[in-house]
Amino acid sequence: MMNIFNYIERKSPVHAMTGASKLLCLLLWSFGAMSSFDPRFLLGLLLVALVLFKISKIGVKDVQFMLWFTMAFCLLNNLLIYLFSPQHGVEIYGTCHELVHLAGRYNITAEQLLYHLNVVLKYLATIPIVLLFVTTTDPSEFASSLNRIGVNYKIAYSVALALRYIPDIQREYHDITLSLQARGVEMNRKKAALISRLKTASGTLVPLILSSMDRIEVISNAMELRSFGKNKKRTWYRARPFGAWDIGAILLGLAVLLLSVALSAFVNHGRYYNPF
Amino acid sequence: MEPIISFKDFGFKYSVQKEPTLHHIDLDIYPGEKILIAGPSGCGKSTLVSCLNGLAPFAYAGEYTGSLKIRGREARDTDIFERSKVIGTVLQDSDAQFVGLTVAEDIAFALENDQVEVDAMHERVREVAGLVNVQGHLQHAPGDLSGGQKQRVSLAGVLVDDVDVLLFDEPLANLDPATGESAIELIDRIGRDGGKTVIIIEHRLEDVLHRDIDRVILMDEGRILADMSPRELLCSDLLSRTGIREPLYITALKYAGVTVRPDICPEHIETLRLSEDDRAKVRDWFEHLPDPAPNELGEALLDAENISFAYPNGHQALEDISFSVRRGEMTAIAGRNGAGKSTMCKLICGFEKQQKGRILLAGEDAADLSIKERAEHVGYVMQNPNQMISKVFIKDEVGLGLVLRGRSAEEIDAAVEETLKTCSLSPFIDWPVSALSYGQKKRVTIASILSLRPDMIMLDEPTAGQDFRRYTEIMEFLEELNRSGVTVVLITHDMHLMLEYAHRTLVFSEGHLLADDTPAAVLSDPALIEAASLKKTSLYDLAGLCGIGDPKAFTARFIESDRKARRTP
Amino acid sequence: MQKFSVKDIVAIAIGAALFFVLGRFVAIPSPVPNTNISTQYGVLALIGAAFGPLVAVLAGLIGHALIDFSYGWGIWWSWVIASGVAGLIMGFSKRSVKLSEEKFDKAKIVKFNVFQIIAHLVAWVVVAPVLDIAMYAEPVNKVFVQGLVAACANIVTTAIIGTILCAAYSAAKPKKDSLEKK
Repeated sequence: MMNIFNYIERKSPVHAMTGASKLLCLLLWSFGAMSSFDPRFLLGLLLVALVLFKISKIGVKDVQFMLWFTMAFCLLNNLLIYLFSPQHGVEIYGTCHELVHLAGRYNITAEQLLYHLNVVLKYLATIPIVLLFVTTTDPSEFASSLNRIGVNYKIAYSVALALRYIPDIQREYHDITLSLQARGVEMNRKKAALISRLKTASGTLVPLILSSMDRIEVISNAMELRSFGKNKKRTWYRARPFGAWDIGAILLGLAVLLLSVALSAFVNHGRYYNPF
Repeated sequence: MEPIISFKDFGFKYSVQKEPTLHHIDLDIYPGEKILIAGPSGCGKSTLVSCLNGLAPFAYAGEYTGSLKIRGREARDTDIFERSKVIGTVLQDSDAQFVGLTVAEDIAFALENDQVEVDAMHERVREVAGLVNVQGHLQHAPGDLSGGQKQRVSLAGVLVDDVDVLLFDEPLANLDPATGESAIELIDRIGRDGGKTVIIIEHRLEDVLHRDIDRVILMDEGRILADMSPRELLCSDLLSRTGIREPLYITALKYAGVTVRPDICPEHIETLRLSEDDRAKVRDWFEHLPDPAPNELGEALLDAENISFAYPNGHQALEDISFSVRRGEMTAIAGRNGAGKSTMCKLICGFEKQQKGRILLAGEDAADLSIKERAEHVGYVMQNPNQMISKVFIKDEVGLGLVLRGRSAEEIDAAVEETLKTCSLSPFIDWPVSALSYGQKKRVTIASILSLRPDMIMLDEPTAGQDFRRYTEIMEFLEELNRSGVTVVLITHDMHLMLEYAHRTLVFSEGHLLADDTPAAVLSDPALIEAASLKKTSLYDLAGLCGIGDPKAFTARFIESDRKARRTP
Repeated sequence: MQKFSVKDIVAIAIGAALFFVLGRFVAIPSPVPNTNISTQYGVLALIGAAFGPLVAVLAGLIGHALIDFSYGWGIWWSWVIASGVAGLIMGFSKRSVKLSEEKFDKAKIVKFNVFQIIAHLVAWVVVAPVLDIAMYAEPVNKVFVQGLVAACANIVTTAIIGTILCAAYSAAKPKKDSLEKK
């Protein structure tokens, strides 16, 4: 399939794990990282994630494109936070240690910096795990993983079907755009008004949508003729048995979440680690 | 013997329709039989198929009358799942039937739904993949497969269930001639080796008859018109009456005045046994036909000079291609999928840029023209009209190109009106496009290209999936356009189409231009046919059978006289 | 959950695939620099109007999650859920718009747009910011302004693209009105 999800086939223990355990670990991990604002904990997660990255034999080069996107996104988000709320840190930590004064309410405080550090660390602690999941999980196995962690199999299959038809729809959209360009439709007129640009876009979407609607009918017939939806359960060709690494991954995810909760409950008495 | 499928005074009415679609169907099909169901579009053959596999009434609501028994059980007491264990359906659209992310998963789909254990599933998939010869592609995604391979995967996907009946809905519609031939051979082999009952819906009679068929069921207007052996059918005049194309050699025999009768074994060209008298008739007819006059060539409208092109992934799609198209010509571009035909068209339209060589439009280098500017010289019509239509109303659709070029309202109205007239669509000027039939929609897309007054139009598979009646309707329209001065280029793998309508054929294979000659010459050259996955016509064999030494001239003369015969009904 | 028909499942899949392709590859530059217009919500509105809330909520969730996965920037659950909520509410328009049975006339266009406006307001001005605050402790004013901008952009986009798509889809479904040749 067109490699939109950047699956990279290698031989490593992380690749050999089932998608289900990786997905579960990803979810637990990201909830753990999301709920805590303790930089020591987040830094620890980042280090563990980097070790996992090493084990999986995925290099930085393999993911640099996605990394670039994420960094840009992270930077933009931090910038926006500061622009809108330079005193956010002061509000959270309840103290104000001003380091530099800029203008008006825009100053730089230690509290604000700590908050931003937390935000950046959250990205850094989660991204490696997400990248790891995307690069080491065969899209084919994804649907069966969803089903295994408790998602209804029909809905799990709809994810597989979406992955199956994305390349087809992409190709069709491309063809339609070309043929409309030949008719004189210009896609990226910088000068045109917003409304007319939207109308142009709808012109290309109409044929795409109508043919997709026809597709829905034919595909569902084809599936029904091959017994889809007959039973309350189904098996998966790509399903694999759980191994030691799978159990390990789930335990790791659980540990991250529990540690995060424990830190908030007993050590920091709240989501924030407050040194001030 | 008990019939496996038995219709008794069977009728079917869709809930959304007022009148029943099927009336008084009486038909028994016995285990191991091989049946062909043929008939024009709208004759009810698709409904009959849906009633068999259960899509009607489970997916398309409706009511049965009379009785339909499958393996002795009344069909109305069974559901769609139960039936799919007896009857396996291979749909026409193999892209839609391919629901798995890879070949192996798609073959396993029905097994997964039946909760078969993983190990058993893997074994069964390997076994069935071997049966249809796709075992080397188990990990491939649908995008990496050819049309023929996808169809074999579809077949494997129903064979995993060990069904008794295999139902093929237009298996030849999207295949090139050589692949179609091997598909028919595969269906025959699977049916015979597995002792399966095979039902094929198809209107390409000659191609299906490449392997033996027990009975042909001819349908028209919701009724069974004939239920007979292919031999009896070919000896009757039922085919021409229902608008189904006869095998070419049968038409030729009829033109030559030979009576088609059972004792000449007319069902295959290979088994045809002509008497000396018959052969003399054919020879005599051939000798009295004039050679077709060579076409008068206009000036060059399009010149491709030493074109080479590789896709960004490194795939060399075209290598050193040179040809020209002259004003007023009707040219076919032929070759199997992936041979470079579509890439060539993309270069001409400016959708892609060649790395080497140049394209001249009316003598001028096209390199500096934008896609939009090129469209005023060369119009491109996509295969599926639904992929082109973006407006609700016909008038807006046809005028879109003019509106976008900022023409005045009066100018647009006049041009739209005239174009619709050329395309015989004037009565529909205020209709929404959705109210039209497929063939009419196709004409709307052609009209929307013609409204820009290009010198030349290129059409990608203009008749794909169409029955003979609609095919003729579309092609005669194009021929008329061509006579009115529009240069036409057709991308096709339909041999009948190029034989009957093209003046010239460019044959592509693996990025090279293999031949640039008349269709009759191309289809009489066994080496070329082999290299380009085409198929030699039965006229070639008929010429040999009758002791005519020049099959190319025979083919050419036949086509010329057939054209004349069709023009004066 | 077993109530989903096979057709619903395929509609979720194709809806999510369309959402993905448009969101990921179809960028219409907006007047605000560095931001693009999200055409995918026009399509989600049509999926909702044609197939109802359950299909649209899942198409939105899956489509959006797949986009996040493919960029690799982690899953922003708050916005993924908001896309789902937008689909859900737009899906409630199915009963009053009746795309496949009745003509998509002016009254229907108004109804369709009322639903989509409510949907975007709830999704981007309520759900997304509240979740952003709860999950990521982001500043209140930042997330509400972001949400408001997104809501406005999506409302305009859906009003145009969604309405045109619904009109085309409705016209393509054969209705019982008779046509006369001119």
